[in-house]
Amino acid sequence: MTIKLLYFASLREALGASGEEMALPADVADIAALRKHLAARGDAWRALTQSQSLRAALNQRMVGPQAAVVDGDEVAFFPPVTGG
Amino acid sequence: MSVSVQREAFDVGNEIAALTGNKFDIGAVASFVGLVRNMNVEHGEAAKVSAMTLEHYPGMTEAALEEIVTEAHVRWKSLAIRVIHRYGRLEPGDAIVLVIVASAHRGDAFAACEFIMDYLKTRAPFWKKEEGNGAEPARWVDARDDDLTAAARWEKRE
Repeated sequence: MTIKLLYFASLREALGASGEEMALPADVADIAALRKHLAARGDAWRALTQSQSLRAALNQRMVGPQAAVVDGDEVAFFPPVTGG
Repeated sequence: MSVSVQREAFDVGNEIAALTGNKFDIGAVASFVGLVRNMNVEHGEAAKVSAMTLEHYPGMTEAALEEIVTEAHVRWKSLAIRVIHRYGRLEPGDAIVLVIVASAHRGDAFAACEFIMDYLKTRAPFWKKEEGNGAEPARWVDARDDDLTAAARWEKRE
């Protein structure tokens, strides 16, 4: 199972990456589990579980922690938006 | 109804003319233009801003704006809506965002225009990074609680 990950704005800078393709372990089935999986990398990645404000989008729609992640999904993490 | 996410500047007069041309049922046009300010009043003593760079999430940005515009169209009796949001590097005085709503009467046009801006502020995936006087590195703009409050008041009416 492979998903596409995207990181934006201050999170992208902190991680030093704008995105990646990732093979998903079988036990990572939703956004909350994906955050934990990425946070386990340590350092700046810990923001994914520690920062309450970081938002998640699944296939380009904002979602909560319970949203299910499946093969081929596009998941993005980013800080609160500041457009307009 | 149409939405554009672009680097290029826009001309408000041209956009209004294009939206209203040959539509003789329109009685009201409300527009909002957001500009880059030369200071950020959130940072204690107003911090100078010499430029800002807007980043966005291509694909999701357009989808989010389309959804907001469609909701505005359904909730108010709009006859035409145009939204343009720019990205890239902009300087004080540059226009960032344009919302135009045309309707039969002014009430719907004003309300829909304000609704679109309030929802755009909290739902469209744009992020601003400000440059100051050059002495400090550019800083990401923080989201404002006021914007969440402004968006929330439209939920209460449902």
